[in-house]
Amino acid sequence: MKMRALMTVAGVCALATASAITPAVAKVDGDTIILGSSISLTGKYATNGLHTQRGYDFAVKTINDAGGVKVDGKSYKLAVTYYDDESTPARGAQLAERLIQQDGVQYMLGPYSSGMTKAIAPVSEKFGVPMVEAEGASRSLFTQGYKYLFAVLSTSEQYLATAVDMAAEERKKNFRDPSEVRVAMAFEGDPFSMDVRAGVVDKLNEYGMKIIIDDQLPADLSDMSTTLTKVKALKPDILIISGHSKGAATAARQIDEMKVNVPMIAMTHCEAAKVHEKFPKAATGFLCPTQWVETLSKSDSMFGSAGEWNTNFKKAYPSYTSVPYQSAQASAAVYVWKEAFEAANSLDKDAVRDAIAAVEMETFYGDIKFSENGNNIAKPMFMRQIGSDASYSLVESFKDMTFPRNVSY
Amino acid sequence: MVMLDNLQLLFVWAPIINVQVILEGIFVGAVFALSAYGLALVWGVMNIKNLAQGDFVIMGGYLALALSSANVPLPLILIIVIVFMFVYGWGIYALMIRRILDQDMFVSLLATFGLSLLMQQVMNLVFGPEVQTIDMELPNWDFFDNMVTIPSSKVISLGLAAVIALTVVIFMKKSRAGQAIRATAQDPRAARVLGIDTDKVYAFTFALNSALCGAAGVLVSIIWVIQPFYGITYSVRSFAIVTAAGLGNLPGVITAAFGIGLFEKYVGMIIGTAYEVAAPVSILLMVLIWRQISMKRNRQVVR
Amino acid sequence: MIKKNTLITYGGLALFGVFGPIIFPDYTLSIAYLWMMVLMASTWDILGGQMGYNSLGNITFFGAGMYISAIVQVTMFYDGGMAEYTSAMGSIKPEFTDSEYFSGLYLGIICAGIGALLLSLIFSTFMFGLRGPYFAIGSLGLAIAAAELTITMDYVGGASGISMPLFPGEIEFRSTFFYILCFILAALAHFLLRWLYSTQFGLAINAIRDDEDKAEAMGIPTLIYKQIGWGIAAFFMGCIGAIAGNMAGFIDKEVAYPIPTFGIFMVAMVLLGGKGTLWGPVIGAIIFHVIKETTWTYLLNLQWVALGLILIINIVYFQQGLMGWLQTKYPEMFGIVVDESQKTSKSEAK
Repeated sequence: MKMRALMTVAGVCALATASAITPAVAKVDGDTIILGSSISLTGKYATNGLHTQRGYDFAVKTINDAGGVKVDGKSYKLAVTYYDDESTPARGAQLAERLIQQDGVQYMLGPYSSGMTKAIAPVSEKFGVPMVEAEGASRSLFTQGYKYLFAVLSTSEQYLATAVDMAAEERKKNFRDPSEVRVAMAFEGDPFSMDVRAGVVDKLNEYGMKIIIDDQLPADLSDMSTTLTKVKALKPDILIISGHSKGAATAARQIDEMKVNVPMIAMTHCEAAKVHEKFPKAATGFLCPTQWVETLSKSDSMFGSAGEWNTNFKKAYPSYTSVPYQSAQASAAVYVWKEAFEAANSLDKDAVRDAIAAVEMETFYGDIKFSENGNNIAKPMFMRQIGSDASYSLVESFKDMTFPRNVSY
Repeated sequence: MVMLDNLQLLFVWAPIINVQVILEGIFVGAVFALSAYGLALVWGVMNIKNLAQGDFVIMGGYLALALSSANVPLPLILIIVIVFMFVYGWGIYALMIRRILDQDMFVSLLATFGLSLLMQQVMNLVFGPEVQTIDMELPNWDFFDNMVTIPSSKVISLGLAAVIALTVVIFMKKSRAGQAIRATAQDPRAARVLGIDTDKVYAFTFALNSALCGAAGVLVSIIWVIQPFYGITYSVRSFAIVTAAGLGNLPGVITAAFGIGLFEKYVGMIIGTAYEVAAPVSILLMVLIWRQISMKRNRQVVR
Repeated sequence: MIKKNTLITYGGLALFGVFGPIIFPDYTLSIAYLWMMVLMASTWDILGGQMGYNSLGNITFFGAGMYISAIVQVTMFYDGGMAEYTSAMGSIKPEFTDSEYFSGLYLGIICAGIGALLLSLIFSTFMFGLRGPYFAIGSLGLAIAAAELTITMDYVGGASGISMPLFPGEIEFRSTFFYILCFILAALAHFLLRWLYSTQFGLAINAIRDDEDKAEAMGIPTLIYKQIGWGIAAFFMGCIGAIAGNMAGFIDKEVAYPIPTFGIFMVAMVLLGGKGTLWGPVIGAIIFHVIKETTWTYLLNLQWVALGLILIINIVYFQQGLMGWLQTKYPEMFGIVVDESQKTSKSEAK
């Protein structure tokens, strides 16, 4: 029995030592302001977690190179402490608490995905630590009355709603009733995709359109053939798909293989899945919503125009041919922090929080102004269409679109 | 109700799509048949339940991906991957499996789970977590006024799977090594007494399994997408197939594989795609329950 | 008649349990998870170590308990009903008074435990005819099926998940509160098992492990014992699941059914510490948790690789686990008497 006692003591000592070794990082370390972020570096969100992290890092580097953040006459550099939340919400919440309580972080950057943000937001909210997030678009994040959550991106229900609008426009143009439109949709079974679906369904109900296929795709499944077989049999007027990068990649491949021909196809995450590169023929005509385009005519003094941010980001990370918007909005989030620090001219988290709430700025990413609930009300969602040359062109209304989608396989 | 609509679609409005659904089920089944057969081999001969089966498949897929980006032609890719995975399997056997052979049956499950974890993470570190795929840009054929399409890549994969399976079967039946394996499976002690080096047999069997999974992986990367963490799906399906078919029964494994593939697709079609992953798992449970009921009549249990 | 060493051990753990979060307040949640792991490992061992039925699907009850508790907590005081609450996808934020919240929570936890227990009884009708690897794989299949099917049910939010009612109170209080719940539950489970293993139940399940057919032949009603064993495990897993759901604040498939992580961790922990012993799972859980927390911080990209390696090394080279190894090396400590005369013949048979 002595052994047991010994081992219990050993266990306690181990934990104690671990806590002693853990460096206590204060919010400001010398002349560096520490931001904290729980980000998905492994697990199912790892792809976009990486895009996000690069966006944060790029902005931090650019801002630091340009002289950093000036508060109260002193110049500070920015730095970000990252923990891998493994795409697990419970872990994310735990890490957020660790960042705030153990590491003393007072300024948070958001995680990737709405699911993660939903788990982490209550933590930062309870501690009164402001969080500027760039990757949680679920509208339910902004109905909670959070005072410390701010999002630079457009919310989920806007993602594919524009595509429905365009389908309605097409009918009206031909003097037909929008309610004639027959819709087929497939969404992955995860909270974010369900949110996108909710936005689409709301729009469909507005127009009175008929849903003829409504499939929920399991997250572990990389085969949409069942859905597409039904699509070919029932011949809908529009096909709507949202399933993160995996969904987009699978859809593009199988649309190609099964020679699916629906007049209008809209899906999310086209760029992230690089469908224009991998399946250029099938991807022709896809309508892809994007939070941001590099041809946007917006600019700011730090990053330049959207195009300039794009060029410089590609230089820093040459593996990208088309930069995903996840990175752009991540950089914008860091930029908001800089502006807020300087506007508040203080490092006190509540003063900075108020400064964030009052932010009204144009950035390379688009306009940013937060509503009372924390979401960005100044920036719309943009729709782009993939052309037969695998390029994305901005589509602002139905007349800019190539309709119907005509692909000869 | 949606189910009713789907049923009507299948059998009343557009019965031709049954052809597509059946074909999809067969293509799915073919790929899984390979990895299931490997699992059956390892389980039957060595009593090792390899939870890392799916990860061997994914590893084969990634190797194929790497080779394909170096513009190696497909038949060569297949050969290289098979050889590489064979050697890899032999190595894993020597390092790990050999030591857990005589242990508790559960130990193999857990040890191979550790292996699965390791492989997944290493692949994640090396290849990144993005979903990847090989587009061979092969033609897709359509029939019946574009109601049924068959991508030639899937036909090729079916053909290759058949060739590989056939090769293995002939090998097992006719060659000396095959006979040695079967002898060892039946009675290891007797085999040893008769001069068969059972250690080599086990190593070979495990390596063969690894090669089969690798080949399946090549096919998967051509017709679907791979990702470091997709392994578990393939492992579970393989287990479902082997449990349904019983060990050491190749025709059984193939039938079960196709059966489960078809079941999955039809469930997806009729009840809804949301149930497509639950389907093969449910079959697993149902088979086990059925076995129990039939064995209970003889007052036995499923061992 | 409690041995002095046992008192010291329990005293040490109790001190740590009570004062841990006070001395290391930043680690409160982490230690709470530690107790959660201890509970998971201990309950897994009832079937796994003591009875010889290795289940890979105990996590099913964790998830089921989580959802059951959510249903109870919402429907008790929110008039609109569960379906309405979940379809609002988090935008409905009911205002519960403190007493409403806590009574809902406690009732939810108990219902979760009982609900999970009932489920285990239902499952046991078709699961216990399976032996060895088939039981393991069957239970894994059960867990996967449960996960996949739960997200098709709109009543519990489908794939969108459920936002749990907000905790009334400050964040420190919240962490401490849930910590206490986890600690109490783990302690309860431990003492229950300690008592249980010393009764006939303990002997019976060990007999089942050693040779089930003989046990049956001797007249032991094996099915009943199996059901009790799994039932106890299910009850505690359900309760801790309910607590975990409230700690997370948001429930979805990944939170409720973490099969490739916690589902397997509980097995790994027991193996690490030693199957079939009372303390093995506890020690295994402690060591595992400490290792996990330290590698997560310092080996950021390699933590899973490290975990996989540890698992493999442990199983391949070190199977009896820590307790088993200690029992072999220092048998006197555990009251085991080694018969020296047997030793020589054993080495000959090798």
